[in-house]
Amino acid sequence: MNFDFSDDQKLLRDQARKFLQDKCDRKSVRSILEDNQKNYDADLWSQISELGWTGTAIPEEYGGLGLGMLELCVIAEELGRALAPTPFSSSIYIFAEFLKSYGTDEQKKKYLPHIASGEKIGTFALSETNGKPKPNNIRTQHASGKINGSKNPVSDGESADYIIVAANSDSNSNYNSLSLFIIDRNDPGLNISNLDTIDPTRPSCALDLKNVACERLGDEGSGWEMIDNIFNRAAVLFSFEQVGGAQVSLDEAKKYSLERFAFGKQIGAFQALKHKMADMYVKIELARSNAYYGAWALSTDSNELPIAAAGARVSASEAYNYASQENIQIHGGVGFTWEYDCHLFYRRSKLLSLNIGSIRQWKENLISNLEKRNIV
Amino acid sequence: MDFNDTPQEAEFRKKVRSFLEANAEKRSTLAAKPKGDAGSSISSAGAPETVKGEDAAKVALDNAKEWQRKKADAGFAAILWPKEFGGYGGTPIEQVIYAQEEHDYFVHSGYFEIGIGMLGPTMMAWGKDEDKKRFLPKMITGEEIWCQLFSEPSAGSDLAGIRMKAEKDGDEWVLNGQKVWTSGAHFADYGMIVARSDPTALKHKGLTYFYVDMKTPGIEAKPIKQISGSANFNEVFFNDVRIPDSQRIGAEGDGWKVSLTTLMNERLAVGDPPGLDFDQIFEASKEIEVEDGLAVKNSEVRQKMADWYIQSRGLQYTKYRSMTALSKGQTPGPELSISKLVTASKMQDVSSYALDLMDMSGMVHQDKNPILKNLFQNGYFFSAAMRIAGGTDEVLRNIIAERVLGLPQDERSDKKLPFNELPSGKN
Repeated sequence: MNFDFSDDQKLLRDQARKFLQDKCDRKSVRSILEDNQKNYDADLWSQISELGWTGTAIPEEYGGLGLGMLELCVIAEELGRALAPTPFSSSIYIFAEFLKSYGTDEQKKKYLPHIASGEKIGTFALSETNGKPKPNNIRTQHASGKINGSKNPVSDGESADYIIVAANSDSNSNYNSLSLFIIDRNDPGLNISNLDTIDPTRPSCALDLKNVACERLGDEGSGWEMIDNIFNRAAVLFSFEQVGGAQVSLDEAKKYSLERFAFGKQIGAFQALKHKMADMYVKIELARSNAYYGAWALSTDSNELPIAAAGARVSASEAYNYASQENIQIHGGVGFTWEYDCHLFYRRSKLLSLNIGSIRQWKENLISNLEKRNIV
Repeated sequence: MDFNDTPQEAEFRKKVRSFLEANAEKRSTLAAKPKGDAGSSISSAGAPETVKGEDAAKVALDNAKEWQRKKADAGFAAILWPKEFGGYGGTPIEQVIYAQEEHDYFVHSGYFEIGIGMLGPTMMAWGKDEDKKRFLPKMITGEEIWCQLFSEPSAGSDLAGIRMKAEKDGDEWVLNGQKVWTSGAHFADYGMIVARSDPTALKHKGLTYFYVDMKTPGIEAKPIKQISGSANFNEVFFNDVRIPDSQRIGAEGDGWKVSLTTLMNERLAVGDPPGLDFDQIFEASKEIEVEDGLAVKNSEVRQKMADWYIQSRGLQYTKYRSMTALSKGQTPGPELSISKLVTASKMQDVSSYALDLMDMSGMVHQDKNPILKNLFQNGYFFSAAMRIAGGTDEVLRNIIAERVLGLPQDERSDKKLPFNELPSGKN
């Protein structure tokens, strides 16, 4: 039984934590939160790119470090702890993973080195309207090498140089109609408009596409299958970010409860608060363990991945949502001020739990994958 | 990351497996229902269905003793005990491996868990050599069964509040008072007991620890019928019970310290609570019809089941993390402390929700209930006890808050006064 990260991976974690403590303090998170003109922390992005984080799990032949997914999990947790305002998840967990899994060698050579070096940013555009994306609400259409339609919301779309767009390649609008296409942000037919989000440190945008040129990624008609797979991979990485953020929410709740006095004692001495923090701890430990299992499945290409990823995703989303919400509660009145940091976590937790599909959808994924496994 | 045994662990697992295959009956997954009733797996579950009542209990006990004997002969009865007392001299990871493997078999070791897991280690740490030689080997073989006489009507979560009187009379002690929630007192041969030897001392200082022969005149065990209908616990009354001073374990007044040794081992002994869990409700949901078809296809049911799945597997993977630490010879982190807290409530939620799904037939709870074999009816009662036994939910949350998170201890008004001046210590 070796269900833990290696010593080297723990060393990487310590270095990443120390680096982010220096370079990504709350002041820099707020500088993105409070500045409408900035979509992400460009200084931080170039520094973590120089450190090679963006290329962690990209093979060396495509300009990456060629480390594994476990190392990427380690970095994800630290980015989550620090609330790093960067397009890391869109570009690395999703865009790069799409290219790694489904790009032709030529496409990998064309895109991955720039993504690995951080000099270019990628993202993925799926959703078009309220509710779960599915065949009957995807209207964006591909025909004769051009894409027409609209996408909303698209995480990090304003920062992205390349965007993978999900579009129907036939008119049947069923599960075999969807294909994926890579577009360039400089295409004259592409109009990008900024959207405010519940967490402005993680921005989104709306895309309007009129005869946008594209190249296909992966097989025609296999869009939904590819999305499922890449979202499963991304879900594990997201879950580490979420566990990281949840842990800091608990740590800060605890710290405050020891500094604040009421009725003659530290508020952390009241059982109502002690038990609340114990519940936060329980949810976080369960989430961490589920995330570990996801990491194992991801790093070994196990066919358990769909189940492990959904378990990690649900558990981590619930833990972070709970921890960030109760962190505000434990802070009392100051907890809902702009000045205190509680809202940074409250915003981020909810945004992350929606970013690649809601808890509701992931619970459904989990049970349907368990049903499939049972049949096999 | 991998889930593989080290070569030594694999070797040990192989040994365990071949022992179990040769000597015990494997259980099917669906029959993996709650092992018995609150407190431990002590019940008549090991008896054939045709045998009823007291006879069934006797048959189950005999079967368990026979199994324990085999285990002891093979060396697996007490993995962590040193060889000189008949143990395996093994490591914690070997203990976990054995428990994992035995879990798949239809055997009952619950009668002996308190002795081997908690009381034996207490005697090893504090007892006299002649007592160790006399009692420990028979504890392992199951020849003599032990019970733990700790809780009292006025001292549950607040164990140090016990009032059982121990008065010295020459070379003897006279015990008077009442114990409660004593698992197996009605069939135990011996018990370990903590009693108040000095009511004028501070609450935690006036206690002394003894062992008693359960056949000593003046001891009377009365089973307590639980909401499940079965009786696994007892009230035990002590009326002028005279025991020699040689049955004292630890010094006079050291009873609390000795008790802590027992309780520290409780966490290890009670580590693997029986599970009515996701797997059972998932299977049941494929048989039960709700308003729009099979329950397993209903969206609300699926959402609920997903929650239980992540709790269940989260605990399992948490255990893997602790096993990893053990396997490397390290002490596991505090993460295991969440296990019973999560398991008990999950079981209650699962049972209650499953009965809801069953609709009117959820009301039925009779012998040989053909509908899912009473699985969830039993779980409904059992889980209520599980949230209390071995530390209530509230005590466990306090422990996590104080010992894991380092939050302040609750204010205590009972630490500085002599016991007989406390509100709970006055008669």
